[in-house]
Amino acid sequence: MITFSDKQLKTPKMARPVYLVTGGMSKFARAFPDKRQEELCIDALTEAAEFIGMTPYELKKYIHTAYYGHFADHFGDQLLGEAAMHDRLGLDPLGNVGIKTGGATGGSTLWEAYKTVASGYSDCALAMGWERMDEVPTDEGNNYISFAADKDWETPLGHIYTGYYAVMAQRYWQIYGKEEDSFRRTMAEIAVKNRGYARMNPHAQGPMKITVEDVINSPVVAYPLLALDCCLMSVGAACGILADEKTAFELTDHPLRIDVAAGSHTLRVADRRNMEIPLLPNETKEQYADLGERFPGGDRYPGFTGFLAARMSAYYAYRMTGIHDPTEDLDLVELHDAFTISDIQTYEDIGIRPYGEGRTYVESGDCYHTNPNTGAPGKLPANLCGGLIGCMHAVGATGIMQVIEVGQHIWNRWAEMHSDEGKWKRFGREKPADWTDLQVKGAKRGLAISHAGVGSHVTCTILQDPNHTLEGGMFE
Amino acid sequence: MSCEDENRGTVKVINNRYKPSGHFHYGSPNTPILNEMGKLLGVTNPRDITHIHSYGGEAIFFESLSKGKLLATRCDNPLCESHLSIYEPFRIHCPDCLVKATVLDITDLAKRTATVHSFMITERTGAFNTLEVPIKFVNVEFDGVCTILMGYLSLGNPKIGMKLLPIFNTKAPTYTILDISWVPAGTPESELPQNFTF
Ligand SMILES: [Zn+2]
Repeated sequence: MITFSDKQLKTPKMARPVYLVTGGMSKFARAFPDKRQEELCIDALTEAAEFIGMTPYELKKYIHTAYYGHFADHFGDQLLGEAAMHDRLGLDPLGNVGIKTGGATGGSTLWEAYKTVASGYSDCALAMGWERMDEVPTDEGNNYISFAADKDWETPLGHIYTGYYAVMAQRYWQIYGKEEDSFRRTMAEIAVKNRGYARMNPHAQGPMKITVEDVINSPVVAYPLLALDCCLMSVGAACGILADEKTAFELTDHPLRIDVAAGSHTLRVADRRNMEIPLLPNETKEQYADLGERFPGGDRYPGFTGFLAARMSAYYAYRMTGIHDPTEDLDLVELHDAFTISDIQTYEDIGIRPYGEGRTYVESGDCYHTNPNTGAPGKLPANLCGGLIGCMHAVGATGIMQVIEVGQHIWNRWAEMHSDEGKWKRFGREKPADWTDLQVKGAKRGLAISHAGVGSHVTCTILQDPNHTLEGGMFE
Repeated sequence: MSCEDENRGTVKVINNRYKPSGHFHYGSPNTPILNEMGKLLGVTNPRDITHIHSYGGEAIFFESLSKGKLLATRCDNPLCESHLSIYEPFRIHCPDCLVKATVLDITDLAKRTATVHSFMITERTGAFNTLEVPIKFVNVEFDGVCTILMGYLSLGNPKIGMKLLPIFNTKAPTYTILDISWVPAGTPESELPQNFTF
């Protein structure tokens, strides 16, 4: 579709508010030769239970249905892995379902659990996501991932998914980045920032202390994408517990309001047609009238440079929660930084910056925990866990991990969950001598974007402290 | 039995039923995965399988590539908001009204107007890749077509805005999307890769 009816653009109205009660995650790594997937999922569920002072046994008594995000059956060579996991978690005979939306699987899993609680079907639901990407060699892994593209029209072309994405990066790089060295440095800053933040995260797989020059000098993967512009391939698990108000406050004194919305776009980038830009609350049609003049070639929307699915997930989510301007209304975000350049594209799709101006979110210092230009707190810190570039991309777990990370800031428990010496030791990782507390002080509201491939599915999750919800939301 | 077997599986369709013959799967024994102490951690699971796949309504598109023709489709439903939109990739049905679209031969249009919308060059590939590295993808736009076909460039270096010509594997077709490739406008026939013609 390229035009949308009022019915299609309706703001979702849930039957009752939904709360994130707790969440947890496993260690993330490239490979776990000594662990089955269920061991990692049990680690995640145990962390979630302990976070609210319960045992997994006690927490399980509240769970009424379960939602399992696990994308690539091929990797684990197991169909119905969700059923196996449900049994290993000892949750039979409760209803459960598997969710698969590529890189957005984690976010989509939360979306399903959210709707179940909002509808009244369940008062408490488990959203658990994982991925096992270490059971084939990397080139076979690339082949399997390429089957998430169209198997007749794209996969035979190199069996390399990064390539299908890189053609979009190329177009953004030339039109909006204008192939400038300064834009290259801005991309590299994201890679440096996210890997640097990953150093403070014991769960993270890819911490690195590097410079912009290190990124710029890293090998070309698919120009303009360099090796250090790209995210990790990971194994691990993450889970969240969602509940209605009554159950949430039985489980904890501090549940967070959660809302999730989703959008989609063509599986093949090839099939994208031109359309008008669906506007977010902080945008006007007039501001984009000269986009093609300011950025020659940029008059085609979404073209290869915008993610319509991300735009639509924010379109719904902002109206559901009363967000007018994400930079003003939110305190932090976790974005799907599969590549540094897609991170910049997403700033525009979700209205942190207008189309064409994504780079200024980085260059202003707003995206940092501490603004490097001013030394003051960043206006809207992004990816403090390290993101997909520094922390992990265990596909089915990623979108859930991001939401738990945002939650830990709003709960004001980020330092507790990231500084614990026991956890660093248990994960066999050395806590850096310069470990820094990245808690966003006074965080009340945050957002996480979960995104699939070239943009086929995107979810936008909003977390809010229930005492500081925005006006204009569904229940306000 | 090795997977290099001459008798690897092939399929015919008789009376709209699949008639497979030959070997569709090859197994070999699994092997233990041990750590440096000789402790068992897991096993390998080798296997080789031939899948069967129907192109359905797109079969005409793939068959035509082997004859040097690029087919597209157009919505001819006057009641549709996308009436007269032309699609490449070929779509069996209009994405808006879902009426069966009309098949068009756009080979000449492609020869006249094919232009690089975007591109990508990479040395990296996945298992089973058959293209030469570095791979050069080109996303090709055509005048009057509302979508942008992805393909690969066989000669030269891609650039946004560059004019291209389609070439077709007519001599030894694979009946896959690899049977169409692209070369810079002005390339003489003598320089085309093996098995390809204009
Ligand atoms: Zn139509």
